Amino acid sequence: MRFGIVVFPGSNCDTDCQFVTEKILGEPTTFIWHQEKTLPDIDVLILPGGFSYGDYLRAGAIARFSPIMDAVIDFAQKGGYVLGICNGFQILTEAGLLPGALLQNRSTKFICKWVHLRVESNESAFTQLYMPKQVISIPIAHADGNYFLDPDALAALEDNQQVLFRYVNENGETSPAANPNGSVNHIAGIRNTAGNVLGMMPHPERAADPVLGGIEGITLFKSLQNTWAQS
Amino acid sequence: MIKSEQDAVPYHTLTDDEYKKVVTLLDRKPNATELAIFSAMWSEHCSYKSSKPFLKRFPTEGEHVIHGPGENAGVVDIGDGWVAVFKIESHNHPSYIEPFQGAATGVGGILRDIFTMGARPVALLNSLRFGPLEVPKNRYLMEQVVAGIAGYGNCIGVPTVGGEIVFNETYSKNPLVNVFCLGIAKKEDIVTAKAGGIGNPVIYVGSKTGRDGVHGATMASAELDEATEDRHTVQVGDPFTEKRLVEACLELIHSGTLVGIQDMGAAGLTSSATEMADRGDCGIEIDLSKVPLREASITPPEIMISESQERMLLVAEKGRENEVFAIFKKWDLDVAEIGRVTNDHLFKVKQGDRIVAEIPVKALTAEAPIYERPVKEPRFQDMLLGIHIDAIAEPKSYSKALLSLLASPNFASKKWVYEQYDHMVQTNTVLAPGQGTAVIRLKETDKALAITTDGNSTYALLNPYFGGAIAVAEAARNLACVGAKPIGLTNCLNFGSPERPETMWSFGLAVEGMSDACKRFNIPVVSGNVSLYNETLGLGIYPTPIVGMVGLIDGTALIEHPLTPGFKSSGEKIVLIGETREELGGSAYLKIIHSQERGYPPNLDFDKENGVQNLVREAAQSGLLTAAHDCSEGGLAIALAECCLLSPAGVGGKVVLSPPSIRTDGLLFGESQSRVIVTVKAEALQSLENQITAQGLPYTVLGETGGNALDISIENPKRSIIRLSIDKMKAAHENGLTDYFNKRAEPAT
Repeated sequence: MRFGIVVFPGSNCDTDCQFVTEKILGEPTTFIWHQEKTLPDIDVLILPGGFSYGDYLRAGAIARFSPIMDAVIDFAQKGGYVLGICNGFQILTEAGLLPGALLQNRSTKFICKWVHLRVESNESAFTQLYMPKQVISIPIAHADGNYFLDPDALAALEDNQQVLFRYVNENGETSPAANPNGSVNHIAGIRNTAGNVLGMMPHPERAADPVLGGIEGITLFKSLQNTWAQS
Repeated sequence: MIKSEQDAVPYHTLTDDEYKKVVTLLDRKPNATELAIFSAMWSEHCSYKSSKPFLKRFPTEGEHVIHGPGENAGVVDIGDGWVAVFKIESHNHPSYIEPFQGAATGVGGILRDIFTMGARPVALLNSLRFGPLEVPKNRYLMEQVVAGIAGYGNCIGVPTVGGEIVFNETYSKNPLVNVFCLGIAKKEDIVTAKAGGIGNPVIYVGSKTGRDGVHGATMASAELDEATEDRHTVQVGDPFTEKRLVEACLELIHSGTLVGIQDMGAAGLTSSATEMADRGDCGIEIDLSKVPLREASITPPEIMISESQERMLLVAEKGRENEVFAIFKKWDLDVAEIGRVTNDHLFKVKQGDRIVAEIPVKALTAEAPIYERPVKEPRFQDMLLGIHIDAIAEPKSYSKALLSLLASPNFASKKWVYEQYDHMVQTNTVLAPGQGTAVIRLKETDKALAITTDGNSTYALLNPYFGGAIAVAEAARNLACVGAKPIGLTNCLNFGSPERPETMWSFGLAVEGMSDACKRFNIPVVSGNVSLYNETLGLGIYPTPIVGMVGLIDGTALIEHPLTPGFKSSGEKIVLIGETREELGGSAYLKIIHSQERGYPPNLDFDKENGVQNLVREAAQSGLLTAAHDCSEGGLAIALAECCLLSPAGVGGKVVLSPPSIRTDGLLFGESQSRVIVTVKAEALQSLENQITAQGLPYTVLGETGGNALDISIENPKRSIIRLSIDKMKAAHENGLTDYFNKRAEPAT
């Protein structure tokens, strides 16, 4: 299974993702410079976290116009797996591959901490190795992670079971206190209707190595690996 | 011919004597641009003219030191072909005038010092000092400084993994922002800031030059007054440009086209060009008409001393200019060849064909004035030391006193601060903020680096020598508690005006204390920074020497299972290594509970300190210890409370103390040095005791872990003196700082 990681100017979790896919999963991984217009032969594309273009104007708003994005959209439309983490999620919404927008955190401040997530469905290439409704611990690190979608579209998103991760407390319950950024319906990560594009604010690559205090993020990458092995 | 224009020039801060010296060195009157250049290079900030004679005392050499002070940052060999590169620097003055940008550009500046050496920055820490948070202005300063640090560090993707924050009235009008950065590199990738190769091109890269930060170095070398509104002297940071600059510079270093590189920090183009020429023992000629500018109207003196951020000056191999250009263009950065290396030992600045400055390089560097400032002990010093301890009543409730300490901003949890910092990016953070000492692993090795910053200005006020020495000892002790061996030290010396003999008295003693400690503990000083004139309206800060120290953890055991301060499980033995004396002078307890900042600070016995540290480090490395925590500020009671608060499983402790020959508050809150609290499994106690005894060190078995409270009692007759549930302590500890900010921030949802 081959991973590709897009590097925008200002991406800063690109090598963190590579460490997980290459060193921990043992899968070949290629960096793709944002100026490229075509993708190499890959099976999963990661849009990593960071501050593409300094997050100037609006997070993800400028990266969406990078030359590589046409190829990214094409890859997604053809059913390729795309994983957008943090800034990658913001770029996916700006590019129209996922619905909604990421607003400023309710506290107006950057927040970096471990949070609890509930895996809403394991019927997904990204989550198939999790237990249904499993509560996992994964860090967040963002200033603009407050997911917003208008009520009608939100209802459709929920009906289609597109919400894969929700912020919860350690018992798996949603509550205002367990929602770190004010996201509507406590949403932490969503997929597109076809199910091949996932955007999430938490950083699974930061919870993939026991030395860093948690390994419940590695299951997401292993799920992809497993999906690939089965197909 | 150069036309003399010295009358009514804007960027001139030389004294009359210094001006006369310039005339002598040039053998003519300087023009406006030359005066601006001399003023910047001879400023306290760039020349260290008041501090240099003292700094010679620091031991700077060591078996593993590759570059000591004099380069942009210190470089220490850590084995297996890797080096650690680190430095601490102040950005105090700008952070008072414009706290967000002042702090942000402080981070930007220290990062450049690290990647200029060829190292990738892997960790940031900061030592912050503010006035009391009851004062709204101080809350504003702190909120903005923290946001500035977060805004820059988070964006660039370097984790902010630790540091310390202290509140004291002395910093109300002089907040301190000291920023530390650690980088790592392969040994062969280290580059220096040295020009060389006559005829080689001098290349400018990064942001365009604007008027921001003009006058910055000289501003940082003067007292501030109430009307200081010189916001234009503060630079504006652009972390996105810096991120591209990091990647481009590291790519450049690997390209083999580089001769030398230096960041344009204080005094911008002036200092970078002259210092590179000085180190290379050559001359440099630059043409200002080739410098990328933000506005056409900027004058030559302004270009020369602008401190616009995210700029670097480099010397490349002649004939390989295009390779250099290609790298910077890839990253969308400005790049321009603006001059060349010469053999005439002159710093020559032209604008097109017109010469606007021509100064011998040595006149700006080696010939810079050095002042043997007068030194005098402050008149009030004896009064400060005098304390009538019997007149101070023991508190009615020791539990309440402990709770008050835990809730005070100095001891309260700093979660409100560090959750705003991305402390996890780069996925190396083994011990995150809040655990005492930060530890980051080095991915391609079996090594980790432990990092700490320390400094106690109350001690330094009361006894500058011990204030300096204890800062070193405490930093090294913190490293020992995670099993790390100190490899080097960087310091930031924050003091008032050097023109006051009293300031230089404390400065000299603090340096002596630090030097003696470094020599005794065999820790080289590899880099540092001096920040003087921390005065507003004639009121200076307490002497504040800050130490940043890096330690090496070799082997995977302590990386996979790091040693932390929190109690691990019930039934383990709690042991205090070291000796508790009645040392309440200068203690946090006296200050917070009794509003007194006086008395003799704790003594420091170098040999005992060394013995305790070696013992703890070896016991940590052998896997004997289950927890270790430095016992210092706040004394035994605070240290034990923190062991409970940091317990992942919420385990408390039961401690029984022998009847003291000293005051009970001295026993609980005294700050005797060279003490560490450790825990061991019950069956390992004998082994630990044997090791301690073999070293001839004093120790006490205090009690046992367990329960969900901290329970301290005294024997004969047995009576409880502190009993607090962890929940109660947690409420005080977690809200003490946060309440100042959050009570008005977050609406309930």
